[in-house]
Amino acid sequence: MEKLLEINNVSLTYQTPKDEINAIKNLSFYCNKGDFMSIIGPSGCGKTTVLSLIAGLISPTSGEIRLNAEKPSEQKSNIGYMLQKDHLFPWRTIEKNIYLPLEIKKIKNKQAKENALSLLKKYGLYDFKDNYPEELSGGMRQRAALIRTLVSSPQLLLLDEPFSALDYQTRLSVCDDVYKIIKSEQKTAVLVTHDISEAIAMSDIIIVLTARPAQVKSIFKPNIEGNSPIGKRESPQFGVWFEKIWKELN
Amino acid sequence: MKKELGYSYERIKYLNARKKDKFTVIFWRIALLVLLLGIWELFANIGFIDPFIASSPSRVIATIKNLLINDNFLYHIGITLYETLLGFIIAVGLGYVVALLLWWSEKIRNILEPYIVVLNSLPKIALGPIIIVWFGSGEKAIIFMAFIIGIIVAIMTMLNGFLAADKNKMLLLRSFGASKWQILTKLVIPSSLPTLISMLKISVGMAWIGSIMGEYLVSRAGLGYLIVYGGQVFKLDLVMASTVVLCLLATLMYLLVTALEKVIIKYKTE
Repeated sequence: MEKLLEINNVSLTYQTPKDEINAIKNLSFYCNKGDFMSIIGPSGCGKTTVLSLIAGLISPTSGEIRLNAEKPSEQKSNIGYMLQKDHLFPWRTIEKNIYLPLEIKKIKNKQAKENALSLLKKYGLYDFKDNYPEELSGGMRQRAALIRTLVSSPQLLLLDEPFSALDYQTRLSVCDDVYKIIKSEQKTAVLVTHDISEAIAMSDIIIVLTARPAQVKSIFKPNIEGNSPIGKRESPQFGVWFEKIWKELN
Repeated sequence: MKKELGYSYERIKYLNARKKDKFTVIFWRIALLVLLLGIWELFANIGFIDPFIASSPSRVIATIKNLLINDNFLYHIGITLYETLLGFIIAVGLGYVVALLLWWSEKIRNILEPYIVVLNSLPKIALGPIIIVWFGSGEKAIIFMAFIIGIIVAIMTMLNGFLAADKNKMLLLRSFGASKWQILTKLVIPSSLPTLISMLKISVGMAWIGSIMGEYLVSRAGLGYLIVYGGQVFKLDLVMASTVVLCLLATLMYLLVTALEKVIIKYKTE
């Protein structure tokens, strides 16, 4: 398997007027191409900070991060970031929203736009391309947000608790949706979540972090049968894995 | 989304009740105005109030007609409109640009903060004598007054609008690799459009305060001048007539901003 993302001995210390904070200490892990990886840990352990590091939005104090053997800050365009809320821009239609990454990267060719529209078509949002985000349901908006991150063909998707703003029903189906889209587009994804069952249902690899300063506490590879998160939740092994990881966290 | 054609009985009842409520509000709005004007006219006619001091609707209308024909009323209106609009445009335009600069640089923002606070608290009319000395006793002084009263509020309102841009949306743009300029043009400016509209609404009022106050201080023409002059020579008809026209103009300008809002903001803001 080809390693897509490598994190070697990364530490991060940041300064506040009051104090110096050791957020991350000697963190090392890697992620293979095509894997779905989840990062879980106690709240405030710096999960989101890990994503910001991978995205190249902040630089580590020491250690190195390699995406395809390059530093993330040198090739930002290869990362797609999805946040807690959809963060679609309310003054843009769905179509204009998904063109946003192209505009930012100044990609003006027709093919990129056609590709974006074909993604809308493929995932059932084409009929809503001229609607404003507020006219769509929460689940549809989150799907549109995922399409927006896919538009610039990122190699790696970073998902920062992308379902936590949704109600439980929607959450299960959107989670299923997003999983299927990511798999069918053959993307590698790193998901940060505090929901153990979500992590088990979605991932090939689960990384459990310690409390701050964050370090890898343990790594799990739940190979549950079932080809979708909802399918996996129905498997009898699901509870076993839940128990295991829950104990690890406490 | 299309509405269904086959309404239920309850739905029709609800819609009718809504229509009736709306009608009631509009009816009473007009009725109240007619009633007030009627009482005013009646009291003035039967001598319950002195029309020499309180004027009356018919005298106001006659005065406006008279002013239009015999005196250069349109000229006075034009002068005031010109001063107000120019003061408004400069205050709003410059205010917007300054707010952008303050958004761009946190350091400049921090340095200038106390100055803006002081300028905001200062009653600008206190600057009257200075403005007269600097700009003379004419239109320039009045336009400057309208400008100085408007700009601080314009800056503060707009800056708050810029700073309110969603931090997570900013993070999202940065993850696409956006520059600060792109964050400004793609996120900060469009997301602050509703603030721009409320800033324009506030500034309309400010510009009128500035221009009329300026005309009170120094002027030889304009609605403010007519009001002051009318008061001095005890021609209350002139005062009332000018005030009524002023009311109409200010409302008209406010409505124009509201119309602009409908043109530029097509999505629901709340």
